[in-house]
Amino acid sequence: MEAREEIMDRIRAALKDAPAVPEVPRNYRRTADLDHGQVLEMLVDRLEDYKATVKQVASADLPSTIAGLLGDATSYAVPHGLPPEWLDHDSLREDDRRLTDAPGHRLTVEDLDGIAVVTSSAVSIAESGTIILDGSTTQGRRAISLVPDHHICVVPASTVVQLLPEALPRVDPTHPLTWISGPSATSDIELERVEGVHGPRNLDVVIVTDL
Amino acid sequence: MSQVFIGMPSLPAYGQGNLFATESFPDAAHHELRDDQLRKNLRHATTSIREKRAHVVGELPDWEDLRDSGSAIKEAVMADLPAMLEQFEANFTARGGTIHWARDAEEANRIVEGLIREQDTDEVVKVKSMATQEIGLNEYLDEHGIKAFETDLAELIVQLGHDKPSHILVPAIHKNRSQIRDIFLKEMKDVDPNLSNDPRELAMAARAHLRRKFLSAKVAISGANFALADTGTLGVVESEGNGRMCLTLPETLITVMGIEKLLPHADDLEVFMQLLPRSSTGERMNPYTSFWTGESHDDGPKNVHLVMLDNGRTAALADTYGRSALHCIRCSACMNVCPVYERTGGHAYGSTYPGPIGAILSPLMTGIKAEENNSLPYASSLCGACYDVCPVKINIPEILVHLRGEDVDSRRGQRRVPSEMDLMMKGVQWAFSSGARLGLLEKALPLGKLAAGRDKKIKRLPGHLAGGWTSSRDIPAPPSQSFRDWWVKEHESPAAGTPGRTDTTGQEK
Repeated sequence: MEAREEIMDRIRAALKDAPAVPEVPRNYRRTADLDHGQVLEMLVDRLEDYKATVKQVASADLPSTIAGLLGDATSYAVPHGLPPEWLDHDSLREDDRRLTDAPGHRLTVEDLDGIAVVTSSAVSIAESGTIILDGSTTQGRRAISLVPDHHICVVPASTVVQLLPEALPRVDPTHPLTWISGPSATSDIELERVEGVHGPRNLDVVIVTDL
Repeated sequence: MSQVFIGMPSLPAYGQGNLFATESFPDAAHHELRDDQLRKNLRHATTSIREKRAHVVGELPDWEDLRDSGSAIKEAVMADLPAMLEQFEANFTARGGTIHWARDAEEANRIVEGLIREQDTDEVVKVKSMATQEIGLNEYLDEHGIKAFETDLAELIVQLGHDKPSHILVPAIHKNRSQIRDIFLKEMKDVDPNLSNDPRELAMAARAHLRRKFLSAKVAISGANFALADTGTLGVVESEGNGRMCLTLPETLITVMGIEKLLPHADDLEVFMQLLPRSSTGERMNPYTSFWTGESHDDGPKNVHLVMLDNGRTAALADTYGRSALHCIRCSACMNVCPVYERTGGHAYGSTYPGPIGAILSPLMTGIKAEENNSLPYASSLCGACYDVCPVKINIPEILVHLRGEDVDSRRGQRRVPSEMDLMMKGVQWAFSSGARLGLLEKALPLGKLAAGRDKKIKRLPGHLAGGWTSSRDIPAPPSQSFRDWWVKEHESPAAGTPGRTDTTGQEK
């Protein structure tokens, strides 16, 4: 017998007592009980607790903020759908440090290794300090937010929710999803947390208050 | 079920691989307990992770509601497993993934080896995975000339130290920072000889050591924390980014997963992604979680394989009392609260799955008679702390007791000469079967008091069983009269019958 059929038969035989399928209770919180200002405050608190740096700016100040965070980075990657107005700053216009990852022109891991990257994000959850990237054109392929050492992640304030159950309907689970809660970290040695292992060691989050 | 199985498998089909205690738990515990350093490391680690967990769990006003939901969702999955697996399979393959089924560890290992050979390589990178530990994949690949590099820091420490994991979440919990530095200095060729024991420096050494491997590997092997039936999605929860590296960069990804890992709907993540990180690392959320659905164009691996593993899971499922052990999401909260685990550590359990959950899962998957696994259900004081913290409410103490019963039943009739326990139980049966017999025995209570002597303690009893008990404990002197004697005297006294008399002043006598 093929393995699949045999395992299926084993399962059916194991369930010969025909256990009932229980009704699933859903009494946990599914809607926010904080106002949006408090939700943003909570997100900042959680992200800072994870040792990410967080800035809150108006969209008019976004380009200068990104320019400041990039500092004198030798190069940085952007996904091809990143809104061009986000990089509309003297030091970023016609910038030969910028590497754009686009269909037909994919950056290699060698291109990406150790540089900076600027992406947007799909939805963020305040209660757990989690930012979800869903691979859409403003966020790009998973590799571009992984191999670089410095991730500047833009979070439009309108995409921030308080609770996880509010966030999931906003993303398509069949897209490649990356949930980020602070920079990479390990607690494997005596449970002492060390930030920055294999993922980007520095995470800058820029919350844009009017987007 | 009306269906007749042609060539129906002989149930239960038990698991193989690293699921066995090779010596009995008390013996293994005995020598593990002699390692003072181990006990110090464990106490420190379990204490701090318990505190972290309690803090982040306390933050959520609806924690118990989440546990109720998590428990019911898993119960629903088990009850409807065949249909759910078929649904998952259809969705996963529709999106370009390939599913392989493995009856046991050996079959799973062979499938993985074949898939690696197809890619014409003899090196793979690995994300920490309990399923591949369970089937002994690394050892198998090594015997067949394929090198598997563990990329999780703790797994790397264990692998470089030629050691075994001792905890499912932090496998190197039994090593302290200086021991880890010594392993790195000895085993990493390119490491700075002045490496200190600072955890940050050690983590950076691991980063440098693995970086080239990540960027050049052709094949990665992972486990999965969740599989979503309604979309065919797989998910891996991690901290360091080694998971993202393995799941994103290589051209071929092979995932090995137990058949019980399914969740019915993508929405169910809203329950489990709250329960798991808080129970596991004691964080509000783990740093990174990745979800992928089959093959996704130019974002990630082109060849996406999944090995669906039985290896004794159907045997556990067939046990109506024990099947809820399959609800386990491998968070390790039960280990961190267990007074037995905290002292003996994970190696004493032998199996890949240590601690309270291991003490039920291993014998359920292998059968109670396999090797020394019948000693595992006794590795507990039945205090119930594991049940209190379990995010999916597995009633571990109840299953431990059930398995102790299985053990006793399995040995019934094997002996020619009755054991001390058999004789004692026979004696108790005789005494408890009639009030007159019990009363007769109770007359001997003053003798016990006499035996206890002036310090009112019985320090030594004869025999292996009772003597074993008193080898590390004293028994307090018995009272000079039994409760029944006292009751009779109280009720025959002139004041008896006065309401309230006996249950107030009577008790103070």
